[in-house]
Amino acid sequence: MPQSKIMPGFRPAIGLTLVYLALIVLIPLSAMLLKAMQLSFDEYWAILTNHRVQASFRVSFGSALIAAAIAAVFGFIIAWSLVRYTFPGKRLIDALIDMPFALPTAVAGIVLATIYEPQGWIGKLVMDNFGIQIAYKPLGIVVALIFIGLPFVVRTIEPVLQELDLAVEEAAASLGATRLQAFVKVILPNILPATITGFALAFARGVGEYGSVIFIAGNMPYISEIVPLLIITKLEQYEYAGATAIGMTMLILSFLLLLLINGLQWWVRRRSGQL
Amino acid sequence: MNAISTTPYIVSNKKLTLSDPDWVRYTLIGIALSIIGLFLVFPLAIVLIEAFSKGWSAYSASLTHPDALSAMRLTLLVAVVAVPLTTVFGISAAWAIARFDFRGKSLLITLIDLPFSVSPVIAGLIYVLVFGAQGWLGPWLSEHNIKIIFAVPGIILATLFVTFPFVARELIPLMQEMGHEEEEAALSLGATGWQTFFKITLPNIKWALLTGVLLCNARAMGEFGAVSVVSGHIRGLTNTLPLHIEVSYNEYDFVGAFAGASLLAALAIVTLVFKTLLEWKQNQDLKAARLAAAE
Repeated sequence: MPQSKIMPGFRPAIGLTLVYLALIVLIPLSAMLLKAMQLSFDEYWAILTNHRVQASFRVSFGSALIAAAIAAVFGFIIAWSLVRYTFPGKRLIDALIDMPFALPTAVAGIVLATIYEPQGWIGKLVMDNFGIQIAYKPLGIVVALIFIGLPFVVRTIEPVLQELDLAVEEAAASLGATRLQAFVKVILPNILPATITGFALAFARGVGEYGSVIFIAGNMPYISEIVPLLIITKLEQYEYAGATAIGMTMLILSFLLLLLINGLQWWVRRRSGQL
Repeated sequence: MNAISTTPYIVSNKKLTLSDPDWVRYTLIGIALSIIGLFLVFPLAIVLIEAFSKGWSAYSASLTHPDALSAMRLTLLVAVVAVPLTTVFGISAAWAIARFDFRGKSLLITLIDLPFSVSPVIAGLIYVLVFGAQGWLGPWLSEHNIKIIFAVPGIILATLFVTFPFVARELIPLMQEMGHEEEEAALSLGATGWQTFFKITLPNIKWALLTGVLLCNARAMGEFGAVSVVSGHIRGLTNTLPLHIEVSYNEYDFVGAFAGASLLAALAIVTLVFKTLLEWKQNQDLKAARLAAAE
């Protein structure tokens, strides 16, 4: 039911859209669903409760969670500095924030591995001074996922912070609030939804991330093996049932995260008065 | 008297409480710049340092190696096929969604965004399950001697999946915000649909469209996970540039890996520069349009 009687092209446009959507996204995704439904519940359960599979889920979700939390804190500081302060080179730095979006993950992967390996630029520094090895350990995965997650947080907080009405802070200040009180009671509640959304986006991306992680992770089964890598390993061993069951579980979890993120974004828009 | 004395008071009060103390300001800027330097600038520098660690001749030798050249050719081929398809889809999806009301519209928008939240490895896996030897169409394809998985068509399909939302999601919000009065005016004056699109719609969305195409191209040339699953890593045949980087790195050919990486890093920088310029252009156009509308 087109809203405008004279606007042409609804049928061809929606037709092309739906056919292309079906061919590229929906049919291949349902192929995995069908394959997963061929498995009995017991088979599915046996695959998912396998120790190595469970360890990989713990590694992927655990490191994505820690990385997203760290990215949320630093992303907040970066967004705050970019919106509230002026300093030389600010525009250039603002453009640089998107670098992890634009840089191919394989490039990020080999660069981060080179920097953080025990003999690497920063890896050696940390190894010599603190005795902590970053690359080829779960910590390496966290480092790669902070890199990947940072722009999600900054780009979600930035617009909300820009829209934030200074009059509210002024009111708090003129009523005698200290700067810290104004921040905690007035500013923080307003940007908290955006920060949580950025955190969720970084987490969702981190859980499925492959390219930037595998070079730095070490990929030790049970210790630093991420779920996407385990899927590839199963495929290479022709264990299609295993790959499908793990892939399907990941897909369902991504769907749930997507729903959660959509809800959070709705919350952000309502809080900032766009709804 | 009263008015004179209160004004400076309010001004100084503002300065005291509305800006953060200097030490907070400098600490936060310091942290922000350190993180950006450490995570975003330093890695780019490392790409160049490592690529040229054995000099210019080693660098150019690894880029002109037949395997590197064939990886570059394949990457270009994939982009040349994938970017136009994603662009045509993006324009038609934006036209349908931003210009008409229909049931299930928000579901359609969610489905278009879906590939963003699917792990790239799963994007590859689903095509293996359709076209692979053990997949649904596997027996039929091998009967007819058609190779999709571990061949170029599979790489293109996986790229189409991961780049799917790139153009549509740039255009949909912009076209929704623009409204369709101008297009309706042209149509009611007797312009055909295509004339309206090329003379009214396209000039209005051109910067956002270019941004979408640019980002789509960067992803198409740089995709690793999805392509890695379907490619089979056949040297000189199904290795794209990112896969060539992986193979070189795993064989301890670091100059080769980082030489390839330097090309993709340059692509990323060019993409970011143009994206910033295009967003600036788009904002200028929007401001001009609002000004014209206000008058």
